[in-house]
Amino acid sequence: MRIRTYHELTEPDRSGLATQIVAQRRRVAQRLAGVARLIAVMSGKGGVGKSYVTAHAARALARVGRRVGVLDADLNGPTAARLLGARDGRLAVREDGVEPAVGADGVRVVSMDQLLADGHPLAFRGPEAESFVWRGAAEAAALREFVADVAWGALDVLFVDLPPGLARFQELAELLPAPPAVLTVTIPTAESGDAVRRALRAALACGATPLGIVENMVGGAFVGEAGDTLAREFGTPLLARVPWHPTPDVWQQLAETIWNAV
Amino acid sequence: MKFLCVDCDRQMTFEERRLPGDGTLAAAFRCPQCGRVVAMLTNPMETQLVASLGVQIGGRTIPAQPLEMVRGMVAGGKEDAFDDGKRETGNVTWSADAQERLARVPGFVRGMVKKIYTDYAKERGIAEVTTAVMDAARAELGLEGM
Repeated sequence: MRIRTYHELTEPDRSGLATQIVAQRRRVAQRLAGVARLIAVMSGKGGVGKSYVTAHAARALARVGRRVGVLDADLNGPTAARLLGARDGRLAVREDGVEPAVGADGVRVVSMDQLLADGHPLAFRGPEAESFVWRGAAEAAALREFVADVAWGALDVLFVDLPPGLARFQELAELLPAPPAVLTVTIPTAESGDAVRRALRAALACGATPLGIVENMVGGAFVGEAGDTLAREFGTPLLARVPWHPTPDVWQQLAETIWNAV
Repeated sequence: MKFLCVDCDRQMTFEERRLPGDGTLAAAFRCPQCGRVVAMLTNPMETQLVASLGVQIGGRTIPAQPLEMVRGMVAGGKEDAFDDGKRETGNVTWSADAQERLARVPGFVRGMVKKIYTDYAKERGIAEVTTAVMDAARAELGLEGM
């Protein structure tokens, strides 16, 4: 008995699952057509201040007249909306998408923090048994909707604030028409450098363009030179050393450096 | 996933989807040559995996709504997270009992659900959404949990 393989079946398929996926990707591309620069802010390490750096860099760019958005891709630990003063208020739904909230200095932001009841973790309706099988897919779909279904409008820069680790970056890279530029945040310690190195290497393997390194929390208890080391290893600039108590001019300078780098 | 009638060497075509409400899914496929019908039954985990991808077996029955997966699947969403008030609803009205049923839908997703039923009525020239219209839409569109 000969049974044709999947790829040998060419008859029309009403379900068209592949077509539905293609349509999702097309919607992402259409939405991002108005975004001049997409920057993924990442680190392999948690607690290094990615969201803090993202929010302040975004605000500094907005203050000099750039149209800036922040997509909080940290679905389980969202903080961007609070950092940008845009936690409260309802998101307006229109035919063509959801309007992002407008935060400090006019930065547009969408975050799971705006959607979840206070103190509630991100949870999905569905069978509890073996939820690990589908939860990752649900989070990836939520990320896709945050990109495709939010009416970002015309933006000079859209920052995507990623959670620690690699998975969300890989989901993002698969979603986008082209791999994003990556702004990498570390603290000075060698431990942070190790984690960031792995993450950055994985990002580059996905085709990402390294924009540079930001060394955060410099001059305090964290000792080391991870920023310089990573910059040297990856041949990418050390964009800024951000001290424990940064002044506005630090962010302004970082914003200018980012703008010139992309 | 595709189904092949091995006897006829023909790809079976999607016939019907059923969502019994227990998290499972049944989809029927028919051989266009011999007419044989088979049913694919998925368990709740498999059903959820497909839903999580934002795709529908048998094809979409309604246009994609903004943030539809997030709104439809996230538990513990803020009641007042969204303002759906500015979406066009045309001249379709809602009967008292339909409004009462709609009010029982969590606020996080209510606006989207209302839009779906309103569009269903509008497209069919129905002036008023009643509970009977809601039942018909649920069955026709496969709106489990709405």
